[in-house]
Amino acid sequence: MNFDKLVMRDVFLKNILQSMERNKDIFFVTADFGSPVLDDIRAKYPDRFLNVGIAEQNLINISCGLALEGYRVFAYAIAPFITMRCYEQIRINLALLSNVRPLNVTLIGVGAGYSYVVSGPTHQCYEDISIMRSLPNINIYSPSDSSQTDSVFHHVISQNGINYVRLDAQLLPLLSKVKSSSNKGYRKVASGNDALIISTGYCSHTALEVSEYFSKINKPITVIDLFDLRNFDKRSLLAIIRKYKFIFSIEEGFVGRGGLDSIIFNLTKNLDIKYLNFGVNPEYLFEIGNRSEIHEKVGIGTKDIIKKIKSLI
Amino acid sequence: MKKSDLVKLQLKANWVWQETVRIHYLAPETRVASSLSPVEILTVLYYGGFIDFFPKNRFSKKRDRVIISKGHGSLCMYPILADLGFFSKNKLKTVCQSGSFLGGIPDPIIPGYETINGSLGHGIGVSSGIAIALKKQKIARKVFVLVGDGELHEGSNWEAIMLAGQLNLNNLVVLLDNNKISMLDKTDNIINHRNLPQKMKEFGWETIEVNDGHSVKEVYTALNRTKNQSKPQFIIFNTNKGNKVPKLENLPLSHVIPIDKNYMKEIFKDE
Repeated sequence: MNFDKLVMRDVFLKNILQSMERNKDIFFVTADFGSPVLDDIRAKYPDRFLNVGIAEQNLINISCGLALEGYRVFAYAIAPFITMRCYEQIRINLALLSNVRPLNVTLIGVGAGYSYVVSGPTHQCYEDISIMRSLPNINIYSPSDSSQTDSVFHHVISQNGINYVRLDAQLLPLLSKVKSSSNKGYRKVASGNDALIISTGYCSHTALEVSEYFSKINKPITVIDLFDLRNFDKRSLLAIIRKYKFIFSIEEGFVGRGGLDSIIFNLTKNLDIKYLNFGVNPEYLFEIGNRSEIHEKVGIGTKDIIKKIKSLI
Repeated sequence: MKKSDLVKLQLKANWVWQETVRIHYLAPETRVASSLSPVEILTVLYYGGFIDFFPKNRFSKKRDRVIISKGHGSLCMYPILADLGFFSKNKLKTVCQSGSFLGGIPDPIIPGYETINGSLGHGIGVSSGIAIALKKQKIARKVFVLVGDGELHEGSNWEAIMLAGQLNLNNLVVLLDNNKISMLDKTDNIINHRNLPQKMKEFGWETIEVNDGHSVKEVYTALNRTKNQSKPQFIIFNTNKGNKVPKLENLPLSHVIPIDKNYMKEIFKDE
């Protein structure tokens, strides 16, 4: 696949399309949300495709029923809607029920963070990581480019359980030339000794930009792109973290509300390090602008992050 | 159906009623009124030959699926499931006791229950998903889902009802325990369902109305019609919340009112 030309959604759906050929257990359900690749899925496998209409609560409940009968279900909608509109359905019929009955359901949410930047707060998504993290039994994946989305797909298709995959809606450049591996749940995309940034999704691109600046001024920093937010290898990540005095996290989610920063805080609370979390100020903004303009306004602008880190290291 | 079979069903329903009251006698924190309205519906479903089930192989593909959407109001399932061999009858004495798997609201850790049931408005959607899967897999089994009329105020039901009608899920049967009372008031005083049979018809369902949901004969006749089902079926059983319990039956607040202790002592005095 041409990862630098395909959005995450199309990479994920192309993989599903290919797998449906040999894996007769895959069932695809959408809440009236599409893509050109989805058109191929519904044309080729009408018997294992269902559009439940704009009805996310029923999307989850139908997915649960299909999974109870042995289907491996992929449920597809816009990220804020597939997490928040139907949160109780996810809690009851996926998180709770999978505690006692085997269920294979992957929720695909498109539009992580400010992906749908001009659509405003209803379509933007800065709460999903924290609310999905609060539920047991759900794996959370937050890839940062299309190549990694491909790896995430192969990972989720090979395991059983409930997954939430949050995908960016925009075409993002490849974060690294090295094909990512899902084994550890994170990858190093820049190296340096002066500080460590841990980031996820779109913000791993911000982190890389920040690290490029510090490389230029001879203060190289390491960037870790964390994409498996539940089952990453804590031990090896902790071993990396211990090497640094300054740790930063950057996320396109509300700061201090249980997202990526909560993961890092819990991981590092007993260490003698300085940790600062960059995230979206927890307030809603109705202004229109491009993604980097909006980032500057909500507290995750590249310039502000550079300034702050520079004052510390 | 033979008259003697109807008598047997009636005797079984009487026993289920008594055991349900006994559970409440031993565990007063259980919601008893809403568990007495579906006694005959569930008794006839399980003992009338309408479903196949396999207590020793509970998830057999050959079973008919029974989903209990009104979870807390289905404690009458406990004696039925124990009687049919899903678990030991001795366990009926342990409801709500520490270490028991029989809680005040049933969960699928109890053999015979399929899904999580405590939160309302989930059953029809999950059942629809199961019904779709069974049709795709060409498994000729039905999905029965017990729903309360108060529960129909949850919007998620209507998402499911619209889709089930659209897909013509003719292996799906909603058993509506229409006891007409929600938690704080009569359902009609909160949001009147108005013409439910007509509404369901417009959504593509076949509706059957049972005047007396406590008559095993009427319940039997209605369930018999599921055998020749061409559309999703919606059976409205008109029932009484707290059925046959003096001072409780049809009280608007019966959901949260326990049965009078002296009345229960009188029932079980010879034991």
